[in-house]
Amino acid sequence: MTASFDAGRRHFLAVSLTGTGALLLAPVLRAAPLPNVPAELLGEDFTGLGPFLRIERDNRIVIGAPACEVGQGVFTDLPMIIAEELDLDWSQVRVLQLPYGGGDGANPYGRQGADAADAAARTFLRHAGANARWLLLQAAAREWNLPAESLRTQAGEVIASDGRKLSYGALARSAASITLPAAPPALKSTAAYTIIGKPIATADAREIVTGACRYGIDHYGAGALLAVIARCPLPGGSLLRMDDSKARKVSGVVDVIELPHSTDAPAVAGIAVLARHSWAALQGRALLEIQWQPAADTSESSSALIAAAHAALDGKDGGIPVRSDGEPLRIRKQPARHRIESRYELPFLAHAVMEPPNALIEINQDGARLVAAVQDPDGASQWIARLTGLRRQNIRIELPRGGGSFGRRLDNDYVAEAVVVAKAAGKPVKLMWTRSDDLQHDRYRPLGVHALAASLDRHNRISAWSHRCAATPVDARTPNAGLLEATAFPAGFVAHLQQSFHPLSTHLPLAAGAWLDAFRTFAIESFIDELAVVSRQDAVKLRLTMLEDAKAPATVNGVECTRLAHVLRRCAARIDWRTPRTDGRGLGIACHAGGGGSFAHAFEVAVEGGQLRIHRAVCVADIGTVINPRNAQEQIAGATLDGLAATLQQAITLKDGRIQQRGLQDYPLLRLGLSPRSTEIEIIDSTDDAVDPAFASASAGPALANAVYAATTVRVRKLPLLPELMRLL
Amino acid sequence: MPKDTRNPAAAPPAGGSGAAPAPHLPAALPISVNGKPYFHEGDPAMPLLWFLRDSLRLTGSKYGCDNGQCGACNVLLDGKAVRACSLPMSAAANHAVTTIEGIGATNLHPVQQAWIEADAIQCGYCQSGQIIAAIDLLKRKPRPAEDDIAAIGNVCRCGSQPQIRRAIARAAELLQGGKK
Repeated sequence: MTASFDAGRRHFLAVSLTGTGALLLAPVLRAAPLPNVPAELLGEDFTGLGPFLRIERDNRIVIGAPACEVGQGVFTDLPMIIAEELDLDWSQVRVLQLPYGGGDGANPYGRQGADAADAAARTFLRHAGANARWLLLQAAAREWNLPAESLRTQAGEVIASDGRKLSYGALARSAASITLPAAPPALKSTAAYTIIGKPIATADAREIVTGACRYGIDHYGAGALLAVIARCPLPGGSLLRMDDSKARKVSGVVDVIELPHSTDAPAVAGIAVLARHSWAALQGRALLEIQWQPAADTSESSSALIAAAHAALDGKDGGIPVRSDGEPLRIRKQPARHRIESRYELPFLAHAVMEPPNALIEINQDGARLVAAVQDPDGASQWIARLTGLRRQNIRIELPRGGGSFGRRLDNDYVAEAVVVAKAAGKPVKLMWTRSDDLQHDRYRPLGVHALAASLDRHNRISAWSHRCAATPVDARTPNAGLLEATAFPAGFVAHLQQSFHPLSTHLPLAAGAWLDAFRTFAIESFIDELAVVSRQDAVKLRLTMLEDAKAPATVNGVECTRLAHVLRRCAARIDWRTPRTDGRGLGIACHAGGGGSFAHAFEVAVEGGQLRIHRAVCVADIGTVINPRNAQEQIAGATLDGLAATLQQAITLKDGRIQQRGLQDYPLLRLGLSPRSTEIEIIDSTDDAVDPAFASASAGPALANAVYAATTVRVRKLPLLPELMRLL
Repeated sequence: MPKDTRNPAAAPPAGGSGAAPAPHLPAALPISVNGKPYFHEGDPAMPLLWFLRDSLRLTGSKYGCDNGQCGACNVLLDGKAVRACSLPMSAAANHAVTTIEGIGATNLHPVQQAWIEADAIQCGYCQSGQIIAAIDLLKRKPRPAEDDIAAIGNVCRCGSQPQIRRAIARAAELLQGGKK
């Protein structure tokens, strides 16, 4: 049974009952239905109800998760928002991943973006839950012949003032005939929340610990060939010649395809080996004999870039002025004992997602089906349309769980590659990147050198500050973007402040993101620690003096002084900052405002038996309104350990124009042994706008380096820290 | 599914029992996976991981690095944790392999239970390998010291190590409790 009705100017609802009597709140499809939509993933082309509910007669509820889960918790947290407004008991809820909903006009699932901090997405989901609750209330009102205003809802039931109850499941049939009002039903007050703000475990934990959960790489597709690509290892290079005769002899290899070079696709020059299974494809690729044509410059190296950075900072050219407050030469006028200068060297970094990129694509005349963990499915859809000529409404994108992202899956390069290969092969293709591919063909965090100088006045306050940065720009048009902007701390807190930027040239493709905060903050927060040491001040007090200066406004260049000071104080209290450590242990602290959040980190470390031991890690974070405190804790812990791992061990290095790292032996990811023995996370209660917790990573690195200094008196100014520390010890 | 693999439990080999293998093919390698017998007739150098994933579609063992660095492909070989990406079929043959799918297939293993309780998930990609490593560790050292935990070579890119530490501690408790 299906009923259609006008639900306002823009929204056409179809409320239907399945054979088992389950209520489906789903839209009428304005266009032809997409192929392969599982019946349980409801709804396309509908904005009134949002990501969609299935209410079973026995009151089990299925909620669709709109965004791709890559470890940021959206599969659990976003459905929690709907469940809250719908007044459910979370134990009733089963979560299902929704496919990409866009393609032709507005996306019925709202923004299917990267994280749960998107305020518009949160509001959209709240209305989805509130609308459904309203329909069920009206159904109960009709059943009892009572005014809907006299009824309330709780844990999946409508309750009358006389105590009578009806489950949502029992109301399903009746609710099917009710029209949504033109004005959206009211949302809950936050004080009435019973699910949001409660710690809730990962919704699909059982599938994950039993190996049942299928990630992108676990999808094979009927008749799809396994493809790997040999890509030019020289950034910007091209194919000169190749011999695939040995590769073609490998049992299981089906085809070898030279990828058409196209400036339209983001893919690099390469040769695809297609096979019936992974091992054959990998063997075939290993047997390709290829000569690459380098780009103009093959001499590029990280060491030369670092040298060029120092040369630029030593030279007479002042670089691109970024900001100038007060007197430009103030620092040089100071007596030497009040003046310090330091330089900090940072390498390129890779995303190194745990599950290397992969994509399964099937293309035919009528449409395409992509199965891939992508955080920008809209962009993926556009690439597929562009490369195939298909209409976007005929492109279906399924979003399996992805093994990490950290921004990597915002790029659709691997989707475009898979499309190019599948088109050339005329067959469905599952493209797989190996770990080596992933490290060698990423978009990287920039490399650079920061030169910091400052002077202190007779009250030991920072009176002048100079920050000069030489680095490889992400954006050629605005070279300093993200790397050293005029808002960079402590701009606005120091009367005499100069910032300038020297762009360095590289062939490597680079990426922006939260890791640029870490790039800058490592230098700034290390340097503040150095200033505290030189002037024999407490490192917490020095920072608080700046943040709590009575003359400073509440917000200075995005730094909310009270919030940042608060997390810093809490962090110092948690690590027991004032108690001196013995036995070679040292404490370090740092703080950072980024992405709208405020973060402070402290570490307690020691070098024991020639090895760095991290005894304790503390992070206090103010990330605005938290949906799921359990996930928020895990995200902040994750960002902390991400910052720690990158600072300690990771570097992508160029030599002779090539990236030297070929596997995790060259680019270590964090193991338990180096992880803190104890990690404590404190999230500040807040009703402010939500913040992406990834920004927490920035202050972890400098806090760790400051702790290493406290424990060893070795100041590490060159990353990765661990090899440099061992060299200096 | 590659043609060179067959599952005698599911379907008898084509050609009847009297058919001799083609002379150019390597001898079929017998292997037990999660208690079921299989044969691998392809390249004996093929790592066990691809046999599990591509041939048997047991995709709980994850691909992460190719060379034993990450541990996401951990399986139990005769009860001991090994890297399936680095073990050729010729070496895995005649042994009993247990993958994450074979652990707690009906009831959760205490280590899996502990993982859920500690919410040691995040992206979750490395966790099946972490669980296998923890099962192996707790079998050898029911009360593991810090050095034992530190010796686990598995990596996690998400930074779920705080939850993994709690999960290992909880699993040790559950396993101890189970013995009483």
